[in-house]
Amino acid sequence: MKRKYGIGFIAVITAILFVALSKEAVHVGATTKESAAQSNSAPAAVKIDNFSFGPAELTVSVGTTVQWTNRDDIPHTVVSTDGVFKSHALDTDESFSYKFDKTGTYPYFCSLHPKMTGKVVVQ
Amino acid sequence: MNDKKKDEIQFDHNHDGIDRRGFLKCMAWAGTGTLCVIQGGVLKSYSLSRLGELDRSHMSGELSFAQISDSHMGFNKPANPDVAATLKAAVEKINALPKPPEFLLHTGDISHLSKPAEFDTVDQILKGAKSKDVFFVPGEHDVFSDNGDLYRERYGKGTKGAGWYSFDKNGVHFIGLVNVMNLKAGGLGTLGQEQLEWLENDLKGRPASTPIVVFAHIPLWSVYPQWGWGTDDSEQALAYLKRFGSVTVLNGHIHQTMQKVEGHVKFHTAASTAFPQPAPGTADSPGPMKVPAEKLRSVLGVTSVEFVRGKHALAVVDSSLA
Repeated sequence: MKRKYGIGFIAVITAILFVALSKEAVHVGATTKESAAQSNSAPAAVKIDNFSFGPAELTVSVGTTVQWTNRDDIPHTVVSTDGVFKSHALDTDESFSYKFDKTGTYPYFCSLHPKMTGKVVVQ
Repeated sequence: MNDKKKDEIQFDHNHDGIDRRGFLKCMAWAGTGTLCVIQGGVLKSYSLSRLGELDRSHMSGELSFAQISDSHMGFNKPANPDVAATLKAAVEKINALPKPPEFLLHTGDISHLSKPAEFDTVDQILKGAKSKDVFFVPGEHDVFSDNGDLYRERYGKGTKGAGWYSFDKNGVHFIGLVNVMNLKAGGLGTLGQEQLEWLENDLKGRPASTPIVVFAHIPLWSVYPQWGWGTDDSEQALAYLKRFGSVTVLNGHIHQTMQKVEGHVKFHTAASTAFPQPAPGTADSPGPMKVPAEKLRSVLGVTSVEFVRGKHALAVVDSSLA
């Protein structure tokens, strides 16, 4: 048998495999950490009442889902000024949720009553 | 009979038939149930209980129509759990006028949530009106779910853009404008460049003596910007209307009657047939205002308008449902 690929070769392959697997292990570890962070952040809530969003400015971490619930006796909508998200008409007690996966500032308003404005800051 | 004489013009300094002191006095009475009728500039007032006296001899004109607004079909919260019943009452009130109007204007928020069933119900109820023709303009509640496609499908035949149009009746030129589309964050009602250009063109060449009636949902004057009660580009529209001798602007949206006179332009907002809203700045928000059940119909209403040829101002009369 030709010993072209000797033990050195096997060692290199093994080393490569080892590194690859380690990297993956690290990656998996990181993913697990991320998932933990996501499942730990409960949806943040914004209450719509009296023609206003409360809180008007909300700061959340990346990956958080924000839930808007309409407690007013008139319908409202939640529309991002930059076209990122848009709810249907929310009648009393209806909700709309959006998960913020990117950092940034997201101003929004009610398209029925445009004087109603709010902001979500994602860090 | 003596008080009738007292209500008429005493001092006509500007020769335009309007006694401003009398007008202001009358505006103060309006909240307590007095009707002010400006017919060709002559101011007359009647208590609501004497509404039956507004017969042909007092308001003989060549054109009469009625304005209803903000029926919000589909609304069912405590401020009014039965908006269909109050809309029916509004139709009955109009049918009972001494002179049934030739047609109706609906200044928007026909539906509450732009739903087909809501529009169907309104159409059904309006079939009971003696006046068979109804002209509409949309409110923000009629167009928000689909950019107005359903509204235009039902009421937008022959209209341009988002649903604006004009027509003539007995020499009076009517213009229906749409100021509830593309509302911007933190903004007011808006007409938009395309509609303003159409308006300029529509008015071109018309004699200044043509009486004009403009109807749109959100007020075209600044009633209370903090609550969005105004239109950000109405100045331009009013500039095109400036040269006409008689302009009447009819709006809805604020669910209460209000009037303003600026030169030859008379602005008027109608009550809702569904629920009242608070006077500017008197509440946290402009939402539905709850009143004792027995008072509800007294804060809802309809408006009748009469045109007398040769007189520059149209007679605009508000009546509540109770």
